Amino acid sequence: MQAVRVEARNLQLSYGATPVLRDITLTVEPGEFFAILGPSGSGKSTLLRLIAGFARHQAGELLVGGKDVTGVVPWKRNVGMVFQNYALWPHMTVARNVAFGLEERRLPREEVRRRTEAALQLVGLDGYGGRRPSQLSGGQQQRVAIARTLAIEPQVLLLDEPLSNLDARLRLQMREELLALHRRLGVTTIFVTHDQEEAMTICDRIAVMDHGVIQQVGTPIELFDEPANRFVAGFVGSVNLFEGELRASDVFVSPLLGECRLPAGLATRPLGPACLAFRPHAVRVDAAAAPGGDGLGFDGTIAAASFQGETMRYEVRVGGASVIAEQPHRRGGTGWRDGTPVRLQVAADELRLIAA
Amino acid sequence: MILVAVALAIAAFLAVFLAAPVASVFHAAFASGSGGFTLAHFESFLQISLMRESFWNSLSVAALSAVFASLIAVPLAYFTVRFRFRGALLIQTLGVLPLIMPPFVGAVAMQLLFGRSGSVNLLLNDAFGVAIPFMDGLNGVVFVESLHYFPFILLNLVVSLRNIDGAMEESAQNLGASGWRLFRRIIFPLALPGYVAGASLVFVKVFDDLGTPLVLGTTNMLAPQAYLRITSIGIEDPIGYVISVVMVVFSVAALWASARVLKGRDFATLQRGGASLQRRELSPWQQAAASAWVGLVLLLVLSPHLGILLMSLSRVWSFSVLPEGFTLAHYATVFAQSTGMIVNTLVYCGAAALIDVALGAAIAYLILRTRLPGRQLLDLAASSALAVPGVVLAIGYLRAFRGLELPFLQTAFTASALALVMAYAVRRLPYALRSCMAVLAQLHVSLEEAAENLGASKARTVRRIVVPLMAGGILAGFVTSFITAAVELSATIVLSSSASRAPMSYGIYLYMQSIAGRGPGAALGMIAVVIVGLGTYASHWLLERRSAAVARPIA
Repeated sequence: MQAVRVEARNLQLSYGATPVLRDITLTVEPGEFFAILGPSGSGKSTLLRLIAGFARHQAGELLVGGKDVTGVVPWKRNVGMVFQNYALWPHMTVARNVAFGLEERRLPREEVRRRTEAALQLVGLDGYGGRRPSQLSGGQQQRVAIARTLAIEPQVLLLDEPLSNLDARLRLQMREELLALHRRLGVTTIFVTHDQEEAMTICDRIAVMDHGVIQQVGTPIELFDEPANRFVAGFVGSVNLFEGELRASDVFVSPLLGECRLPAGLATRPLGPACLAFRPHAVRVDAAAAPGGDGLGFDGTIAAASFQGETMRYEVRVGGASVIAEQPHRRGGTGWRDGTPVRLQVAADELRLIAA
Repeated sequence: MILVAVALAIAAFLAVFLAAPVASVFHAAFASGSGGFTLAHFESFLQISLMRESFWNSLSVAALSAVFASLIAVPLAYFTVRFRFRGALLIQTLGVLPLIMPPFVGAVAMQLLFGRSGSVNLLLNDAFGVAIPFMDGLNGVVFVESLHYFPFILLNLVVSLRNIDGAMEESAQNLGASGWRLFRRIIFPLALPGYVAGASLVFVKVFDDLGTPLVLGTTNMLAPQAYLRITSIGIEDPIGYVISVVMVVFSVAALWASARVLKGRDFATLQRGGASLQRRELSPWQQAAASAWVGLVLLLVLSPHLGILLMSLSRVWSFSVLPEGFTLAHYATVFAQSTGMIVNTLVYCGAAALIDVALGAAIAYLILRTRLPGRQLLDLAASSALAVPGVVLAIGYLRAFRGLELPFLQTAFTASALALVMAYAVRRLPYALRSCMAVLAQLHVSLEEAAENLGASKARTVRRIVVPLMAGGILAGFVTSFITAAVELSATIVLSSSASRAPMSYGIYLYMQSIAGRGPGAALGMIAVVIVGLGTYASHWLLERRSAAVARPIA
């Protein structure tokens, strides 16, 4: 099956007076594994349901495989959706569940049987056809839901928070399996999640949504390294973020940090309000009065330390601000104790100035 | 120790007033003259052609009533859950109508409206020269019963439909299903528990209804035959007991079959945070069509009630579309002659309902809060009363307690009000029990544990925490038992010996026997409707208040 492109052009949707999707424009390339990432209430699930035909946009265009699907009823779209709670029909066996969509397409009985078996085999559940959904574990139910959707060979595969009902270990395993499945089938896949780690580890590209608006679209590394705004910076990974004002191309003044000298070439924005951002793992913690580098340096005091295993996480008091710093932990290291005066260093290329 | 004593007392009550009478009926049906086991009575039952006819009639009337009730209820239920339209709330309130008026009261009015020379056929004859035999023979019973009992299917089905997770439907649409196929393959199968519960209830109710066939003059059915045999031929006639056994067996079989259909199937209900089926808007044109249809159904369903109201106010009503003159004289007659019956109803049904909630609350507590061995048997025994037709229980009383004199009163137990009260209590216990179980099941056990943790003994916890929190459910159970007992006729006819000790339902039945009595009968019927209506309203109000007052504990 040829993979198709999904394009949203200026989609608008509101429930009554409440706007849910505002001017959504987005292109998902054929065969891409694409994530829509956002907190609850951001409109991400609505966007997915819109693609499946369960919601209707009031303005804009939605194209699947180059055709406008506005007004096409859900059962004619051939856009497969795996529901968050799997929505397996309890009155049917696993095989009947998987065969359902094929039967609705009035395929010959023999083909239905063959494709049902193939779909179950694809998710590693051959031999489970005679069971009831309630006799399966959560992970197995998930696989049945996926098999049921893949059996109809949809043009696009929609996954609505597919891993959220699984326990942590199973989640990691299913993540790998989803990725492997996608590599094998090459079907355009759109994955809705609120878990940034999930989105970053398996998806080719991510659209970050908040308040019904697409905040940024990019590869996981782009989003992490070049967040377009405060929301993305804070939602994708954790961040130290300070509001302030860019007074000159190398002077940033923050009420909390005071006046900072910026490395040359950092500020490409116009003067005025801005935010200074850097990741906790980019902060180096040294003994007080250690020699400075080319980046930004602060003097501070360790306020709290917490051991995370791979890293030691410090909360450091700098003036009126609190800076989070993460240092790799090496065997035998004890870290800095609370109250120790320290010198913080952030390398020049780890600093970002983003819109206030 | 107290728990065991309570459990034994309940068991003894059920043994004496439910098990023993039913057992005596079975014994009489299978006992030969010398006391041995025999099937001879069944043989003679089968040899009487009237009995074979009655059997098939009862079976087909019950089955057809369930079918016609389904034809009315299933579309109504589906549309109210599926679409947003104004009549939806109105349809929901239909559910209380069968509780408000027993079918036999409306049956007479239905004859005036739909009978051979009733209003509708008079109009049809004038306009088209045709008449439809709505009320002829068995048709009449099926017509009255299905109009009367369809809300049982409607209400159960609506609850089931509401509980379906919307994702179940959406996933089917996503895979290509829509319209009728979506309903047939996904929606209806998932709502099957509600449908089956409702339909089997209709079957059982119609199968054991005595009043409607009697009032309509259709005696070639099992319940009327059992009654006529015992009252005319006598309490030693074995055929009456054979009929009773057949009725019990079929009631049990219907309930068993309904449980059987649902066994081994899984029915997912709505999960926390899930959305139910999506409701759709109707276009103005569709809105109008839906309203018209609902209006028609409502008119049909309300016709017995309207008919009774008209009858109670009419001077003469015969061979005419509407009565020829109006009067309040029937009400005056009723108040002059039958105040005693109204009081009797209040006293008997009140006493029966009190017994029911006491037993119901105790059984609910034993089942849900203790590990007493055999506690499930109490539930089973109490609920099995559902499968015992009123006629059969009453006949069992006549047989099991014959010759038993009440101490100090010098009256036979079976001729006393006590027999009626006990029969009502046993028959309505399942309702009160369900009500108590439901409310107790919702109470998180931590509420009681908290009380015990703070130093309250089990008994004190029950008194200070459990009973107050269950109060709404207990009251609702009381009202349900009360109002359904107030309109019970099957056991009443058999056990009422004198008008002075009889309740209203018997009075209505007596009045309806003669043409002249129809007016007062209808007036007494209206009074029953008002009493029961007030009771129903009270129970709804209590339940609303309870759900508002007792917020769900945080899980």
